[in-house]
Amino acid sequence: MMAKNIQEKTLSGIVIDEHTELTLNDLSRACSTSAEWIIELVEQGALEPISYRQTQWRFTGTSLQKARTAMHLQRDLGINLAGIALVMDLLDEVEQLRARVHRLDPNDNF
Amino acid sequence: MDFKDYYDIMGVKRDASQDEIKRAYRKLARKYHPDVSKASDAEVRFKEVGEAYEVLKDPEKRAAYDQLGANYKSGQDFNPPPDWDAGFEFSGGGFTDGDASAYSDFFESLFGGAGFGRAHAGHRQRAYQAHGEDHHAKVLIDLEDAYKGASRSISLQSPELDHSGHVVTRQRTLNVKIPKGVKQGQRIRLAGQGSAGMGGGQAGDLYLEIEFNPHQIYRVEGHDVYLDLPVTPWEAALGATVKVPTPDGKIDLKIPASTASGRKMRLKGRGIPGNPAGDLYVVPQITLPIADSEADKELYRKMQQQMAYNPRSKLGV
Repeated sequence: MMAKNIQEKTLSGIVIDEHTELTLNDLSRACSTSAEWIIELVEQGALEPISYRQTQWRFTGTSLQKARTAMHLQRDLGINLAGIALVMDLLDEVEQLRARVHRLDPNDNF
Repeated sequence: MDFKDYYDIMGVKRDASQDEIKRAYRKLARKYHPDVSKASDAEVRFKEVGEAYEVLKDPEKRAAYDQLGANYKSGQDFNPPPDWDAGFEFSGGGFTDGDASAYSDFFESLFGGAGFGRAHAGHRQRAYQAHGEDHHAKVLIDLEDAYKGASRSISLQSPELDHSGHVVTRQRTLNVKIPKGVKQGQRIRLAGQGSAGMGGGQAGDLYLEIEFNPHQIYRVEGHDVYLDLPVTPWEAALGATVKVPTPDGKIDLKIPASTASGRKMRLKGRGIPGNPAGDLYVVPQITLPIADSEADKELYRKMQQQMAYNPRSKLGV
């Protein structure tokens, strides 16, 4: 009888958003990469810590998304870090333009 | 199982040189990269191209595939003949950096056998004590789930080493609470649900990336939501109160007189909940009633006579 009543527990997680603070270690682990690689991304301006002044960098949750994209671009397309920074800037711009086109003409799926 | 024509997928001829194949791959990989392309089938295409390249870039696998594939067409029902690979020697390292579990059954049936060096797929040598690897997965939810919160049951497959050191695919199901207010692309971190640690190290975390199912009537931008609302010419001209659906339920919306088509109306705080909450934008689209009956046509004629309206005045005609 007992066994029937066992229900799998529902897990609750933390939403990683712009209010979440991630350490350098959190980021590098979530990307299965080294801290040095994340630091290079910061040096290229592809990622920004909340403040450069702190001895220990903290990042917002948005950085996780960016770092993962950077990792995919390097792994799948063999782009170097400067190239990654450029691609990510351009992707942001394309995203904004797409949204704008869509606002102007909702039927245009550019 | 369908036969897959890897040459067709890569868009190269069967006698293409290794260099041509490499160039074709690089081009297609850029085109369909899921982080770059917004095409709905980008991820599927990207994986397909990766799988085709995995075979064609390796002269040994390519030769075996060529011998097998000469008589098959793409999509044709296919079962590998027994011992199809007899006489070929594969030098291991079958799976490179690719995510082997993402490849098709077709690939698995050909190259997934023991001789292909599966054991090293995605597993690095670890130090004695190590933090377990973090895992990543996607979870599809509806926009309404982001408004109200929901629970999702998620099936995950992950390669793991069993006691004898072989890689086995472990399947597990997790029930996960999707908190209200999540947005497209955000991640939920489930502490300790990644790979187990080694030698007393902590387990890794599981990150679930939120992706919205495309919605029939709403469009989402960040935490704002857009709705195209069809209105009649008289509602737009005279003003009206109309019923409007929102992901939170129906509301009554006042349309001011002289509303132009496409003029956004912002409903503050009715987008995806949060701090701050997003907004809901209602975009009126004036639709034209078709004059079917004689009476309807008469109405239009009356308007024509009574209203001095020239929509082309700015064009100078």
